[in-house]
Amino acid sequence: MHNKTIAQLSAGLARGEFSSVELTQSYLERIKRLDVQLNSFITQTGDLALEAARAADARRAKGEAGPLTGIPIAHKDIFCTQGVKTSCASKMLDNFISPYNATVIERFAAAGCPMLGKTNMDEFAMGSSNETSVYGPVKNPWDLQRVPGGSSGGSAAAVAARLAPAATGTDTGGSIRQPAALTGITGIKPTYGRVSRFGMIAFASSLDQAGPMAHTAQDCALLLNVMAGFDPRDSTCVDQPVPDYTATLDQPLKGLKIGLPKEFFAEGMEPEVAAVIEAAVAQYRQLGAICVDISLPNSGLSVPAYYVVAPAECSSNLARFDGVRYGYRCAQPKDLLDLYTRSRGEGFGAEVKRRIMVGTYALSAGYYDAYYLKAQKVRRLIADDFKRAFSEVDIILGPTTPTTAFKLGEKTDDPVTMYLSDIYTIAVNLAGLPGLSMPAGFAQGLPVGVQLIGSYFDEARLLNAAHQYQQHTDWHTRLPTGFEG
Amino acid sequence: MQWETVIGLEIHAQLATRSKIFSGASTAYGAEPNAQACAIDLGLPGVLPVLNAEAVRMAVKFGLAIDARIAPLSVFARKNYFYPDLPKGYQISQYELPVVQQGTLDIELEDGVCKTIGITRAHLEEDAGKSLHEDFHGMSGIDLNRAGTPLLEIVSEPDLRSAKEAVAYMKKLHALVRYLEICDGNMQEGSFRCDANVSVRPLGSEKLGTRAEIKNLNSFRFVERAINYEIERQIALLESGGAVVQETRLFDPDKGETRSMRSKEEANDYRYFPDPDLLQLEIDSGLIEQMRADLPELPDAKRQRFIKEYTLSAYDAGVLTATRELADFYEAVVKAAQGEPKLVANWVMGDFSAALNRDNLDIAQSPVSAVALAALLNRITDNTISGKIAKEVFEAMWAGEGEADAVIERKGLVQITDTSAISKVIDEVIAANPTQLAQYRSGKDKLFGFFVGQVMKQTQGKANPAQVNDLLKAKLAED
Repeated sequence: MHNKTIAQLSAGLARGEFSSVELTQSYLERIKRLDVQLNSFITQTGDLALEAARAADARRAKGEAGPLTGIPIAHKDIFCTQGVKTSCASKMLDNFISPYNATVIERFAAAGCPMLGKTNMDEFAMGSSNETSVYGPVKNPWDLQRVPGGSSGGSAAAVAARLAPAATGTDTGGSIRQPAALTGITGIKPTYGRVSRFGMIAFASSLDQAGPMAHTAQDCALLLNVMAGFDPRDSTCVDQPVPDYTATLDQPLKGLKIGLPKEFFAEGMEPEVAAVIEAAVAQYRQLGAICVDISLPNSGLSVPAYYVVAPAECSSNLARFDGVRYGYRCAQPKDLLDLYTRSRGEGFGAEVKRRIMVGTYALSAGYYDAYYLKAQKVRRLIADDFKRAFSEVDIILGPTTPTTAFKLGEKTDDPVTMYLSDIYTIAVNLAGLPGLSMPAGFAQGLPVGVQLIGSYFDEARLLNAAHQYQQHTDWHTRLPTGFEG
Repeated sequence: MQWETVIGLEIHAQLATRSKIFSGASTAYGAEPNAQACAIDLGLPGVLPVLNAEAVRMAVKFGLAIDARIAPLSVFARKNYFYPDLPKGYQISQYELPVVQQGTLDIELEDGVCKTIGITRAHLEEDAGKSLHEDFHGMSGIDLNRAGTPLLEIVSEPDLRSAKEAVAYMKKLHALVRYLEICDGNMQEGSFRCDANVSVRPLGSEKLGTRAEIKNLNSFRFVERAINYEIERQIALLESGGAVVQETRLFDPDKGETRSMRSKEEANDYRYFPDPDLLQLEIDSGLIEQMRADLPELPDAKRQRFIKEYTLSAYDAGVLTATRELADFYEAVVKAAQGEPKLVANWVMGDFSAALNRDNLDIAQSPVSAVALAALLNRITDNTISGKIAKEVFEAMWAGEGEADAVIERKGLVQITDTSAISKVIDEVIAANPTQLAQYRSGKDKLFGFFVGQVMKQTQGKANPAQVNDLLKAKLAED
């Protein structure tokens, strides 16, 4: 069962080939057996999952099943789940049981999707390798010596290894797309405002966006149908109708104009990665698309702008973790200042503290204009680049990452090199656009992802383009060795 | 040297919305600690603020009432600092672009001169919770019921020149927000409180002196005392060759002095930046115009109308329009009494207000309604009773003994207007007091009052005073 897509599993459930309980049990069994190698789950919620699976089967028996009813999924541990530990992979929240559900969690529960567990991630979603988790790094199922990418590394590894048919992720600078690329799966970061952020623990509020991670574009479309939509509890969530993302998957690509930004094909990309991307371009040409060179002249500014904006917002967002009301509190505080400094000093990991300090500095009196305000202006320039591009092309195609999965520990001592692994994904967050990554080949046995970027609220077109590609390629069906059975 | 005082006030008015500014939790005062704090007020991980539209409408209403510019686009910003009763580690406020910009408020000085005070801005923000330092055996308790309560912070220009002016301004604002029904004005519960920025400079100097900010003054009296203390302190400091330090001070009402709380060097860098969880606040001109049309009559306009419509003195009109409730009550009595606005004014400002004060009641709690009071006053106008008797009837009504006519009837207080009956009593009084009569006739005019008193005493005060006067005058003049 674990080699099937959600669309196939859904059909199987509908035909009565297996029940949701059986399906859920089979994934729970895989998690138990295989996750010791990967460390992709922080919390397993087997009992809750089976309870939900039974309810899903009952619902199906009554003829009230939707397309996802009974399909188990895993949730990134950044989403608040009522009665279940919600840690954000931080010592700070190791003891935090959320008293409420995130909107995304509510929507999947309402759709009838049992929750298999909460997946590992970089601490507070800050990282590109899943090595900043207080629960230890996640391993890439394609090579256990390598990282799965981050911050949604647990979700990516779990889906890649077929420990879950799908998982939720969040993407602030590439945290869905980069791990999807490094583990050979498909993931989409929707337009900012498409999916509610309510109950999703904030890293950088103006950039964070939740999205699905699965094997195929079709599965992502099914999942996004559940996730997307207005939520009055999130003021930045856009009140705009949600199309049925599966309805347009089969549209032919003849005449689709694809822009290839020359800045994404410049130096920095590994030659083997470049070859895979070139092959993907060739495939799209074969499908009738018209590929043209475009320029995003300010894209080189995206990493520095991001590393001002995101830390600035995080420095404020993470101020609530103060040891006063919930979460980690240091032992025997002497006084208030001691309570603050030790609770935060001991509760946060090194990367989180680095970003809080960078952000605090960037917002300080006398530096605000030079850093935060300047970065916001750069952000506008980057968005304008895309706007110009989308007046000429329908979607933009490029690499998701400059390299394939790197070795555990390879970049942990060099934050700047680590930050550069998100060089192609960050601009998309700064502009608030939707971006998708899907597997497009291998380089030395490791998956390579191709990234598709769309205009605002054009997720349907991205999913359509990805689905058509996947109808003519089989990269998305490959299984990592050791996880086949 | 002669010194000039310069004062600017920052007033926090708690907006009278039912729910909080960014959550659905109730704002009602006095609940059990933390009973009115939801996940959003507690600053749980993942929660997001959603702006309360009613709070915005109230801010716009205020802006229109002070003739300010309503910003078509304003921005919520985060003010970052750590404090245990600040759950998110930042307060959502407005910084660079407040919703209300550049208004004015006229105050009347003691000499009757009107002075226009500039209001730089008024912005929306959330209140913090409360730290409770008692009853926890060396630890502190946190009550987050107040966290997220909507506040309108109203910032004046440094246009005030004395503690008295500051109080006059504050009272005027207090009346205004209550007129607008955007704040209950309850200062004891902290619904209306004030920070005062005070500095002094040599008279004639253009340059502002270094200021001290006195925090959290929650009564008019404290404002006056704190500012006066601060002025003296600063002048004494400067005259002895010292310098005022820019700092935050607290007023100790028991000692009547201000104390340093923190200096500028210790002040927080609040790292303001636009809150990415909230969109820019856009207010369209249609809403503004509709709200302008719906604005109630404001205190100054009402006062002018009272002077004109009811031919009241400026003083009377001022007293009667001090609160919307009193003005409404006055007008209700006038309407029910079908006239006699001056008589009504005297009664509303006099016996009625005195009774309310004595029993510590609000107008809404008054045992005598406007219609009932009007019925009483009508009995004065139609000569059924005298003004003096009316006071007795009023007290009986206040004590719950019934309507005016019933009380008059039961107590037999109907005025004697029968000339022959009054004449008869006068004759008796004159006959009984020959000595006084002789003295009066020999030129001791003052004894007239004695005879009036005797007549009234004989009639238990029920004789019509005007008739008594006329008849007595005639009789005493007879030989």
